[in-house]
Amino acid sequence: MLRAENLSMRYFRKTGQANHFYAVKDVSLALRPGEVALLTGRSGSGKTTLLHMLSGLLKPTEGRVMLEDTDLYALPDADLSRLRNMRLGVIPQGRSAVDTLTVLENVLLPRQLRGEKGDVDEAFRWLAALGIADLVNARPAELSGGELRRMAIARALAGDPEVILADEPTGDLDDENTAAVLSLLRRSATEDGKTVLLVTHDSEALPYGSRVYRMESGALSEQA
Amino acid sequence: MGTANLPLKNLLRRPGRTAALVLLTALLAASVFGGSVVVGSLRRGLESLEARLGADIIVMPAEAESKVSFKNMLLQGTTGAFYMDASVLDAVRGAQGVELAAPQTFLASLKADCCAIKVQIIGIDPDADFTVKPWIDERYARDLGDMEVAVGCKVTAGVGETLKIYEQYTHVVAKLAETGTGLDTAVYCNMDTMQKLLAAAEEKGVSHRISSGSDVISAVYVKVRDGFDVGQVNNWLNGHIRKVTAVRARSMFTDVSDSLSGIARAARALIGAVWALALAILLVAFAMMIHERRREFAVLRLLGVSRRGLRGEILAETALCGLAGALIGVGVAALGVFPFTTLIETKLGLPYLTPNAGTLLRLAVGTVISTLLIGLLAGAWAAARLSRTDPGTTLREGA
Repeated sequence: MLRAENLSMRYFRKTGQANHFYAVKDVSLALRPGEVALLTGRSGSGKTTLLHMLSGLLKPTEGRVMLEDTDLYALPDADLSRLRNMRLGVIPQGRSAVDTLTVLENVLLPRQLRGEKGDVDEAFRWLAALGIADLVNARPAELSGGELRRMAIARALAGDPEVILADEPTGDLDDENTAAVLSLLRRSATEDGKTVLLVTHDSEALPYGSRVYRMESGALSEQA
Repeated sequence: MGTANLPLKNLLRRPGRTAALVLLTALLAASVFGGSVVVGSLRRGLESLEARLGADIIVMPAEAESKVSFKNMLLQGTTGAFYMDASVLDAVRGAQGVELAAPQTFLASLKADCCAIKVQIIGIDPDADFTVKPWIDERYARDLGDMEVAVGCKVTAGVGETLKIYEQYTHVVAKLAETGTGLDTAVYCNMDTMQKLLAAAEEKGVSHRISSGSDVISAVYVKVRDGFDVGQVNNWLNGHIRKVTAVRARSMFTDVSDSLSGIARAARALIGAVWALALAILLVAFAMMIHERRREFAVLRLLGVSRRGLRGEILAETALCGLAGALIGVGVAALGVFPFTTLIETKLGLPYLTPNAGTLLRLAVGTVISTLLIGLLAGAWAAARLSRTDPGTTLREGA
């Protein structure tokens, strides 16, 4: 289980009436294995900031993030990095390819960073499930936005993490691919027992969620 | 974590950027190695000349300097001859403070005689000589016999060959080690052979006699006894022996030494400037590279590469570029300097002797290490800047 306990992210600024503001304020959240949690909200409401904090990429100014009994931000950088590689699969917004590697090499990278050789057959399976198996030898520069997005999803899944944190995973996809991606992520939770959090604006995602959360001005509320 | 082949892939798959970084470091390495070899060669050339000269004072005819520059004879191998009565040798030996006095007699060959150019022929007395003989001894264990000659390394005649000088056939018994000076273009023989060559030259109309029937010499090389002041002995010789000029050997090369120091200073300043410029350019280049690739580095962090791993990745790329650039630079400098030593020597007009293989190897290794260091310094600075950047913020930029 991944838990956020009273998580806040406060930024300082030089202009304006107050000298600081909260991007995320006092958020507590529990993400359970086998469930798909959806996080919605307007742009600038703090969704991506929360996801980065849950991913171990952005240290909160207050509160803590617990993966089972491990406090992520109490770990030294090397241990936190290893945990992120082994147990978390993060799909960020926008381009997230290593440009000098092929699609296949990008998908194998999380396992290779662990010192493993990487399972090419497994990588092919994920790429095929996402409809981009014919692009294994292509370079990221040759791919469309939607193909890059699906490559990032395949990479996160091929790393076999316990938790998948995806920021707008269907942002660049057409309806058909949106449905395929959401089904795949849903199956990862229900069949493989993974914990999944999807940050999304997409109303099509709602039927795939076990829980729906909404962010507003940095505050989190669970939708009925 | 296993990112071992990532730096190499990054370099090979971005050939334009990699080539620019390698070219930059190669320029740095070439300037450092080339400059160091030239300065080292000049320094070794002067040391070699001083060692070969080996004398404290040189006594020559008073009119010698007006006939030919003795210094140019030694430095650049220009030919010339001047003579004085052989009795000067006894007078010099009689002076207080003179430990050794060795005569030399000069003769310039005719152009068509033996070689493509005129060469200086130097007669020595093997029993008295302490300057040229140790040099000949390195290659020929016996004294030079009748009509036997030893030749400088730049004379185009090999051991066993015959050299015709003024219609006289001489036998080459030794080819001497390089000195980087005009001595490399000279031919050496004993005084008996020289007397025969002088007589042959006279038959050809090249007059050298100062008075009929007397023996002649061109210079006397003097070593001053320990405890005596070289300046005082020099003054005594100038004051007591008529029609000669005694010159302190070291003073003859003071201006050469000054020129050498000037060139060495200029070369060091140039190397320093290139170094500083290369460092500045590499810092800018790496800063630009890090900025361009900051999203890629943030993705690597997201996938589980630690800050330390990322620094290692950047330093490995820097080291590979630096190593390739350093090796190419040293190679290019070697190709640009070693085949043109004669041209450099002629243009500079200074003694020039390429350092030995051990020194060259040390210079090359030093250049490679220092070039690597400068690359790593620039890479470390760039990596330190990157590690201060938060990957989460980077991933949001331009998402």
